[in-house]
Amino acid sequence: MEQNFVNMLIENPWIAALIIVVIPLVFVVIYALIAILGELKIASFVQERLGPMRTGWKGTMQPVAEVVKLLQKEDITPDAADKPLFNLAPFLMFAAAFAGFAVIPFSPYFLPAGIELGLFYVFAIGSLGVIGLVMGGWASNNKYSLLGAMRSVAQIVSYEIPAAIAILSIATLSGSLNLNVISDNQSGWFWNWYIFGGPGPWWKILVIPFTLGLGLIYLISTLAETNRTPFDIPEGESEIVAGYHTEYSGMKFAMFFFAEYANMFIVAAILMLLFFGGWNSPFGDFLNQWWMQPVWFILKAFFWVFLTIWLRWTLPRLRVDQLMYMSWKVLLPWGFVCFFAVSLFVMLK
Amino acid sequence: MGEKRKIELDYSQLDSERMRLNVGPQHPSTHGVLRLEVELDGEIVTDVIPHVGYLHRCFEKHCEKMEYPMVTPYIDRLDYISSMNNEWPFIMGVEQMMGIKVPEKVEYLRVIVSELNRIANHQIAIATFGLDAGAFTPLLWLFRDREMILAILEKLSGGRLLYNYFRVGGMAADIYPTFKEDVLAAISQVRKTNPEILNLLLLNKIFIDRTASVGILPADVAINYGCTGPMLRGSGVPYDLRRTEPYSIYDRFDFEVQIGKGEVGTVGDCWDRNIVRYREIEQSCNIIEQAINQMPMEGDVKEAFPKKVRPPKGEIYCKAENPKGELGFYIVSDGKNNPERVKCRSTSFVNLSVLPEISKGYMFADLIMILGSIDIVLGEVDR
Repeated sequence: MEQNFVNMLIENPWIAALIIVVIPLVFVVIYALIAILGELKIASFVQERLGPMRTGWKGTMQPVAEVVKLLQKEDITPDAADKPLFNLAPFLMFAAAFAGFAVIPFSPYFLPAGIELGLFYVFAIGSLGVIGLVMGGWASNNKYSLLGAMRSVAQIVSYEIPAAIAILSIATLSGSLNLNVISDNQSGWFWNWYIFGGPGPWWKILVIPFTLGLGLIYLISTLAETNRTPFDIPEGESEIVAGYHTEYSGMKFAMFFFAEYANMFIVAAILMLLFFGGWNSPFGDFLNQWWMQPVWFILKAFFWVFLTIWLRWTLPRLRVDQLMYMSWKVLLPWGFVCFFAVSLFVMLK
Repeated sequence: MGEKRKIELDYSQLDSERMRLNVGPQHPSTHGVLRLEVELDGEIVTDVIPHVGYLHRCFEKHCEKMEYPMVTPYIDRLDYISSMNNEWPFIMGVEQMMGIKVPEKVEYLRVIVSELNRIANHQIAIATFGLDAGAFTPLLWLFRDREMILAILEKLSGGRLLYNYFRVGGMAADIYPTFKEDVLAAISQVRKTNPEILNLLLLNKIFIDRTASVGILPADVAINYGCTGPMLRGSGVPYDLRRTEPYSIYDRFDFEVQIGKGEVGTVGDCWDRNIVRYREIEQSCNIIEQAINQMPMEGDVKEAFPKKVRPPKGEIYCKAENPKGELGFYIVSDGKNNPERVKCRSTSFVNLSVLPEISKGYMFADLIMILGSIDIVLGEVDR
């Protein structure tokens, strides 16, 4: 399978590499704007109000206006802050989020970096984001930021483990760490998705409860890793004002914002690729042409982004110790059980 | 071998440095300009010192310089969420000093507007408490309903928040023609939304985890600190001035005093205080329904107005059941146009004083929840 259509079209490897990098970047920016609008409009729908209505048709230009506003704002660096770290943190966080796109296959013909350890890479690089977060929280020299950073380290480090167990199980099922291969394995009808046990003999229904459990474990872990409600305690605004980004303003704040939304998409994309057939159409060969596959992929990912937004406006926030309890005493043991069951299934298959 | 070595550890060396955090006066969840000096050991609260006074407006001193009717607008600004209830004890006190008997219609109208305002107050209390827990949506759902109540009070008095509607001997204005229909519509809307809020917020598993057995206020501590209102009733003490010392015409209505029973945690926790508020909304609906059906629609609300508000020499302490608790005014008159001395026993101030007692040893996030469950309004704390 050809990994990248850009390499086929353009001879010069440097220009091709540049284009390959630019495509996800443009996508992230457009996606972030759509997601912000979605956040505003879904929130207003849930809360029985109109939401932004003045900028553009029905307020559709609101995210653009907000970014322009943030660009114009004064960029304040507190006097007592550790300036180099303070300025570096938001960009490190965004870079970490963006680097994850290197192994996300939007379609079988577009995988920016064709490394075999894609799944491993995306988790390794995703953990880098927390460094930016701690850096920002520490360098701000603000007690609220410090509390937020402390909380986020504890949270993200604990939730990587259940998430890692979930992806380990899928790696066992698919026998590969390349996201393109994992996605390719689930081609065909939707019962071939790994959330339904993947392709296999009829008695794979025995493993379906466990794969469903793994999907749920991964979903909960991703909510925690992206600091979304009910796990938004690192920035819980009613307690620690804004957590690690209390002191940030202007474009640096926007960078944190972009990073959060880019992270949301990455985890949604990984969830799609691992459990929901990636870029495959759910209906076998129906609408499964090469040009429909990225559309399916983005649609599926957006559905999960929508779900996280929906959850945010429905649920209250957990407390720090309850969060830890959930990770170590609920998700982790059940994750092991599911992993064991899935491994047994793979051995017997 | 064989000899046991004693290992001695100096645990005081393991003690980490404690952090002093200044919460407020600019903070999203201090419900105004309250400042809390919090000592944290990691995330555990070891000490809380509330600093009040950022909104001090010399209310009591002002009252001495003004004639009695001029005091009412200032009283509105104490607890600006429930202005109607605030005005009542002061006006009632002056009326009792002057020996004025207000008409039947005025009594019913006072009950209706006060209970409407009590519903509005409890809606805000539950909504902001949800906000402290991170649930944003119940706030707007409750505000939507509160809007109907505010519209009624606005049509009656002209103000949406600060009404200045009570007068010595009557009310500032008579009811408007569609008053009864509006009130019944508002009640039915409140009754429709209440179960939704119960399911969305109060019975939410995460919300129960956050509030159950948090900030437990035992009944004896509550009584010793002088807590009243849902704070005291949440601890299981059925003390409600409307029932224990009925003033006005509250002895005519059939309603239940709600107390916390510790259904999901311990008696007197944050959840209990809020479920008491939630159930009092329903009880207030019942009271309004009874009152609006018994109320005489004809009659003049201004017929008992005195020519001049000048109480005879003497003093009185008059109290009423505010949504937040017992609000009392101690008025000393020397027979002149303005009071000699007014002392306000403000509910929020007394209730807030219990915060350091009940919040030590909990996590910082819990402290915010406990503060939210006390339901303070800084206008009343600082006066």
